[in-house]
Amino acid sequence: MSAELIELTVAEAAERIRSGELAADEYFDAYREAAAGDSLNALLWRAENGAEADLEGTRAAQEEIDPERPLAGIPVAVKDIFCTEGVPTTAGSRILEGYRPPYTATAVRGLRRAGARVLAKANMDEFAMGSSNENSGYGPALNPWDSGRVPGGSSGGSAAAVAGRLAPCAIGTDTGGSIRQPAALCGIVGMKPTYGAVSRYGMIAFASSLDQCGPLTRNVTDAALLLRAMEGRDPCDSTSVGIDGGIDLPSREDLKGLSFGVPRELSSEAEGIESGVREVFERTVGLIEQLGGEVSETELRHAPHGISAYYVLAPAEASANLARFDGVRYGLRVEADELTGMYERTRAQGFGPEVKRRIMLGTYALSSGYYEAYYGRAQRVRTKIAEDFSKAFERFDFVVTPTSPTVAFELGAKTDDPLAMYLNDYCTVPMPLAGIPAISIPAGVAPPDGGGPDLPVGFQVAGRAFSDSGILDVAHALERAIDFRPDRNGGPA
Amino acid sequence: MIRKMIDRDQVLHVATLARLKLTDEELERMAGELSGILEHVDRISELDLEGVEPTSHVIALENVLRPDNPRPSWSRDEMLERAPDPASGAFRVPSPQA
Repeated sequence: MSAELIELTVAEAAERIRSGELAADEYFDAYREAAAGDSLNALLWRAENGAEADLEGTRAAQEEIDPERPLAGIPVAVKDIFCTEGVPTTAGSRILEGYRPPYTATAVRGLRRAGARVLAKANMDEFAMGSSNENSGYGPALNPWDSGRVPGGSSGGSAAAVAGRLAPCAIGTDTGGSIRQPAALCGIVGMKPTYGAVSRYGMIAFASSLDQCGPLTRNVTDAALLLRAMEGRDPCDSTSVGIDGGIDLPSREDLKGLSFGVPRELSSEAEGIESGVREVFERTVGLIEQLGGEVSETELRHAPHGISAYYVLAPAEASANLARFDGVRYGLRVEADELTGMYERTRAQGFGPEVKRRIMLGTYALSSGYYEAYYGRAQRVRTKIAEDFSKAFERFDFVVTPTSPTVAFELGAKTDDPLAMYLNDYCTVPMPLAGIPAISIPAGVAPPDGGGPDLPVGFQVAGRAFSDSGILDVAHALERAIDFRPDRNGGPA
Repeated sequence: MIRKMIDRDQVLHVATLARLKLTDEELERMAGELSGILEHVDRISELDLEGVEPTSHVIALENVLRPDNPRPSWSRDEMLERAPDPASGAFRVPSPQA
């Protein structure tokens, strides 16, 4: 019975629960059992028996619940970067070990209002800094396709949990690719909405001008259902604007009348894209044409400088945001006999190597004498990248690229080379720099360069700001045509 | 214009600014790693960015006002609950002077 329940999509399960055909508790328990058997280190906290009592704080008040309950009884794995009242929230860091927030993030409250329940808190790279989940303070999450490989990051636990059937859906955060890249590496759907679509309130800040919350799901319709429940203007986040008219459920079956630009800088001319990834990408572009879409090459001249701009701006913002972890108000404190010593020791012990590296990089880039050369220039490159996209969107409705240059790599393969790790984000950083929405859908499988098992490859569709419903619609048509089946491709069944 | 390398002394200076106590080994490793990353980042120094406005926020925003009505805030006790060393209704820290 529970094997069958695990196969239901979010949309199907919610429908059965609403009609009374399926008991919400039975469905939740099936996933509680699955989550309890987590062998991927995907989850840092799981709901116990009587979870509803544990989750008092994250529960929506009865009068707040959407009477249509679009996510009735749906268990959700929540990236551990979202504050959940009374439930441990670590952001993957030892500096927050044991921390239980006094309030719940707006995004999670939105899901609860739609009828969803918090199943688990998902593993992640510490403070969302990483592309492999190996920077977690609690050990790496593993890829369900091959447990010797990374699930991607930073929302690696969320992606592994959904692909590994430990949760029907999850939410994560994307700053430079942290939803889309792990979704690609685990063979699922992951979407970064337009900046401002979902409130950042209660989402532990990494780089505030880039961070955005989004869904990780097994299919495009489920992603739309989750985003629909989370988007909206929130008085607690003055940068949140929501999406005018909300999110439409995707229904498109063809791509007639739509135009697609393929930026050569992020495809044919990009260095480091594996041959298998290239092949799947080209095949998927062919499918767009078969579905009636018009495809031509385009340019995003400054996109190759995205990594440089991103790895100045994001660490600079992080160095300021992470100043709050000082051993005074919450979290770890390492004692010392004077104040500065206490700060320095607390942060030295509480933060892992990548977080220290980024704080250092950001502090350097903002320090006297270097500010204009690094931070100022990076902000100007950001402008150029956004302008390139605007130009492309004068000619095309959408831009498509591979999501990740490579398939899932082996654990440890890039841990000694931070720059090599950063280059994973090559195709995903330009979109958050421009604030635009983008989705990754599984498009097929390919072996890594140099040989190995067939592993999932993601295909990325990006659109104009606030075209979130549009890219979901395109992804839906493509998803039908691709018909990706993990179980028939050596993936988790 | 931009210094290509960051040496151990600079790393130490930045670590002090960032309130991070690094071990000797971390200082050495960080000097190499940061230099490698900055060398890559330096590619943006080749771009002509004359007259380009910097972007700090990507989506156009309008100012939003709300009535300035008093409303309850967190209680002091609740905020002190998670503190490592609460004392006399405040956060206690070691003296700034050794």
